[in-house]
Amino acid sequence: MSTSIDQQWTTRLRRRVAGKLPPEKLLPDTQPAYVSSWIYVFGVTTMSALAVVIGSGLILALRGPQWWHESSIGHFVNSLHLWSVEIFFFAMVVHLWGKFFMGAWRGGRTATWMTGVVTFLASIATAFTGYASQSNFDSQWITTQAKDGINSTGAGAFFNVLNLGQMLMWHIVLLPLAAVVLTALHVLLVRIKGVVPPYEDKVGEAQ
Amino acid sequence: MSSKAFRPDVDAPEWKGGHSPYDIIKEGTIALVVVGLLTVILATLFGAPDDHEITIKNWANAAPTDFAMTAINEMNGTTTTAGYGAPYNTASDGQKLGPLTLAKWVGVRIPINTEQDFVLGPLESLPYNAQLSSALSTWKSASTSQQTTWVNNYTKADSTMTFKNGQIAVNASNAGPVPVFINDLTAMARSGALDTALVQGGNFFSMDYTKPLLFLSDGGYLAQLAEKQHLLGSQWGMMNETNSYPGQAWLWLYTFWYQVSPFSTSANADVQVWATMMLLSVILLFLPLIPGLRAIPRKVKVYRLIWREHYRN
Amino acid sequence: MAWFSFLAALIPLDGYGHYLHWGVINISVANFIVIVLMVVTFIAALLLPFPGRNRRKESK
Repeated sequence: MSTSIDQQWTTRLRRRVAGKLPPEKLLPDTQPAYVSSWIYVFGVTTMSALAVVIGSGLILALRGPQWWHESSIGHFVNSLHLWSVEIFFFAMVVHLWGKFFMGAWRGGRTATWMTGVVTFLASIATAFTGYASQSNFDSQWITTQAKDGINSTGAGAFFNVLNLGQMLMWHIVLLPLAAVVLTALHVLLVRIKGVVPPYEDKVGEAQ
Repeated sequence: MSSKAFRPDVDAPEWKGGHSPYDIIKEGTIALVVVGLLTVILATLFGAPDDHEITIKNWANAAPTDFAMTAINEMNGTTTTAGYGAPYNTASDGQKLGPLTLAKWVGVRIPINTEQDFVLGPLESLPYNAQLSSALSTWKSASTSQQTTWVNNYTKADSTMTFKNGQIAVNASNAGPVPVFINDLTAMARSGALDTALVQGGNFFSMDYTKPLLFLSDGGYLAQLAEKQHLLGSQWGMMNETNSYPGQAWLWLYTFWYQVSPFSTSANADVQVWATMMLLSVILLFLPLIPGLRAIPRKVKVYRLIWREHYRN
Repeated sequence: MAWFSFLAALIPLDGYGHYLHWGVINISVANFIVIVLMVVTFIAALLLPFPGRNRRKESK
């Protein structure tokens, strides 16, 4: 017998979420025994680097875009931002290689793979707008070069890399939001689906 | 395993083996601490590059004839910006992807008239000066064909351009007010006033540097500095950083295409490379659905290394 | 801000970069090091034994 409480949108959403992602899946305390390789640490390394990127970016935001040119503390925070980005991409690419060689899309994990790829592409765009927002010689050169590629697709009419205000907004609001939401989605899918099991090999089948 | 045939590149066997303890929060905390420390160490050791920006004032002082030559080219329509096409103007069709003129279809959304926006407009904003004022009114009262004749006569003689005692001189005859424009614009640029005039365009606030950046990149000076820093497109510059810092190494494939045929010699390289990269990105995105590609990891067997304990047991 | 001058980089990577050329390939030493480190890290991650699990197979 279905009560009116059962019909509530809230109740139905909660049951759906709890069914797909019970607490023991969201925060597991065990992993399948095959999860035993250093290659598994690069996903969490990427996320940690993202946290440092965002943390250093938040500090840069506190004093505004000119700060890092004028103050040695600001410049140091910018250095943290740069190097955490280098670590972020480093770890993400190793993670991508690892997941490719595991065939990690198998067993209904296509969406996990695809959110990962989109996160990678969104991260490249985020980094690019960061380089475009530096307000120094590097950003002058990068934007005047990059405009030709983007203009040639027609997108330059709306995404004007020579407009510093626009690039800064994309860099500190729109694209980080996209990167974080995509990362969250990716991680939730990993938790829902679990880590991909090994290929069935002759050795495995012999059991 | 089931009634449906098992597809080894699509399906995964159900795990019926054991589980080991795993502390996800501890792992995350350790990773965050390690990455945080590594970032601090790298930042402390190497810092970050910050090469000072180039102003139009810098440019016109370091290379006055390059600046003045660019200014006359903005008037005669031979700079990159003047002949660009969409989104700045209708001077050309812009790049084509086969029969597709993507930029042209979107149209002129950031209108730039190089003669007016880069030369005459800024000159009009200068404080009163009898010679310039009369030159500007001569220009305005002349017909378009007369204006073109003056500009062309100046252009023909521009190989004689000299810069002496703060003056740009060209051995041009019947160039009307154009010599005054080019000389005064150069003086304006050298004072720094042109930087402000181009950025603000009549507004108090502005965060839009489209005009000064386009003007700056039409000259040879910025590219000269970029070449020394190994940043030109032909130098795989897209992935490089100023000085000896690592850059956007993840752009290696994007910048690679520009180095090889047919892109390296194509007038439509930008849109062709973009299209290639979009296609490759879509392939990467849909890789799990593409037979052949999705079988690669199973065939190269790197997974045997990753899961070697599993296969040993 | 002179009190914070100690934050300046110990080994600033200033001065023009060095570049490696092999045919069409043209890469900065800095980027080359980053990419080589990525490949080395990847291979090391595959080969190095992961601690804390079945250690009993060492003899094999």
